[in-house]
Amino acid sequence: MCGNEALAEAAIIAGVDAYFGYPITPQNEVTAYMSKRMPEEDRVFIQCESELAAVNMVYGAAATGKRAMTSSSSPGISLMQEGISYLSGAELPAVIVNVMRGGPGLGNIAPSQGDYFQSTRGGGHGDYRTIVLAPSSVQELVDIMPLAFDLADEYRMAVIVLADGILGQMMEPVVLGKKLQRKLPPKDWALTGADNREQNIVRSLWLKEGALEELNYKLQRKYRRVEKKEVLCEEHEVDDADIIVVAYGVAARIARSAVTKARQEGIKVGLIRPITLWPFPSDQISKIADEWRIFLTVEMSCGQMVEDVKLAVAGKAPVVFYGRPGGGVPTLDQILENIKQLTIPAKSG
Amino acid sequence: MSMKTVFKRTPTLKDYPTHYCPGCGHGIAHRLIAEVIDELGIHGRTIGIAPVGCSVLAYDYFDVDMVEVAHGRAPAVATGMKRTNPDKIIFSYQGDGDLAAIGTGEIIHAAHRAEQITVIFINNAIFGMTGGQMAPTTVLGQVTATTQNGRNANKGQGYPLQVSEILALLPGAIYVERCSVYNPAQIRKTKKAIRHAFELQVDGAAGLSLVEVLSPCPTYWRMTPSKAMKWIEKDMTKVFPLGRFKG
Repeated sequence: MCGNEALAEAAIIAGVDAYFGYPITPQNEVTAYMSKRMPEEDRVFIQCESELAAVNMVYGAAATGKRAMTSSSSPGISLMQEGISYLSGAELPAVIVNVMRGGPGLGNIAPSQGDYFQSTRGGGHGDYRTIVLAPSSVQELVDIMPLAFDLADEYRMAVIVLADGILGQMMEPVVLGKKLQRKLPPKDWALTGADNREQNIVRSLWLKEGALEELNYKLQRKYRRVEKKEVLCEEHEVDDADIIVVAYGVAARIARSAVTKARQEGIKVGLIRPITLWPFPSDQISKIADEWRIFLTVEMSCGQMVEDVKLAVAGKAPVVFYGRPGGGVPTLDQILENIKQLTIPAKSG
Repeated sequence: MSMKTVFKRTPTLKDYPTHYCPGCGHGIAHRLIAEVIDELGIHGRTIGIAPVGCSVLAYDYFDVDMVEVAHGRAPAVATGMKRTNPDKIIFSYQGDGDLAAIGTGEIIHAAHRAEQITVIFINNAIFGMTGGQMAPTTVLGQVTATTQNGRNANKGQGYPLQVSEILALLPGAIYVERCSVYNPAQIRKTKKAIRHAFELQVDGAAGLSLVEVLSPCPTYWRMTPSKAMKWIEKDMTKVFPLGRFKG
């Protein structure tokens, strides 16, 4: 299965009640697949009039306690930012898949990682976060979907699954069927009709003096819990490494091959692959930076995650960057060359 | 002498001090909807949608489950709710800024898909909450904060947008009626229309029902409440004729 179809089937297995989508390349296989499979499962599929409508249909379904998702690609995700801000303010769970393409503007339909800032910084207006999951293989994409729904429900947050055109289009064998068993809180806040109970209200407007400030502190306390509990990151050949490559998603796959080749040539290099981009594995990177090394961040952008790497390293070690924007994909040789260009100074002490 | 209660609050309307201006039509429309919900016995399975505008706090008045949504997006939110909860009765309450300006796409497409939702569209020909700016429904010559010499189509300010007439063209809109609240007879007619719009949904009729209510905004029309009612009757209904356009 291609990544787009695989993630769609994984969402169905994870129990998605409703899918709302609008055509955009390179994620059209998700919408097409869902149009066929959701009715077969007696669940809801709607091809919407816009991404604005799609995210608001997600908002509506989520407000009633249903598992709802949408998928799109970069320009469409930009349109959804209003809705994502409202989802965050109203604390509604939702899963949003972004199969990233080149930008800015209409850009192109080639794979990209140019939406890192948009995804990890909130993206819409206001002081909020979304959980951002960045798989690097079709199997991981499949495994991450149930996690995305569980995290959304557990924390009442919007969860972004950040893929790219390669991952969406790539065909790989996958094992489907994984379900998570998190103990999730009851959705007693959901709008199910005030039948013999007090009215439930889902809202993000808080006019009373101090009320919105309090909501924001509450959101921040929740975000701190997520940061403490939900960081995911893969470390590869890190222990003896002088050079640490930091990369995520498809870029990390290529970087991993470059690391293997560099090792064959006797260069001590390792890889850190953040799987959650928010919460970012800052502690893990900071710990590795305690021993003096050089960090090379590789991205399919002009350098976005590198800012988080620098914040985590906090000046303890040099952080350099290599990336290609606008649909450019770093090759193994290009990454290897960048590794080789780094001079390893003698360790002190 | 024994006292007899002849008039009381309908249960779905909460005991809550109004934030609406004197002479505003929202209070009347709220009450009519609440009465219909109680008369149809659907209180426990109704979910309401509050718009952005003066009625954003509608959930302070309606004692049903309610959601507040982004400006204009109510029909999309209603779609997400109704499709996943076909047994629930979903209504959106939207003003003219919300429905006829920023939310034009959402209402057209919800009707176009024949969503089984009920829309109560309050047309007061102005943006109330933000301070009386021109709405798409502002009539020609009407003075607003952004048409200070009166709305003039020849100056690029456009014509009043007749949403009900447009929606009635769509096969997916099964019931479209324009009413008003300028006198008790009209209020009773409006209630009948609202009741019919809800009944269609309760009966599972295959499409969207919308009741447009011409409603006074004395504050930003710069009129007394009684003059505002007369203005609807004499002037506003010329541009927005009352009647059933569909169904």
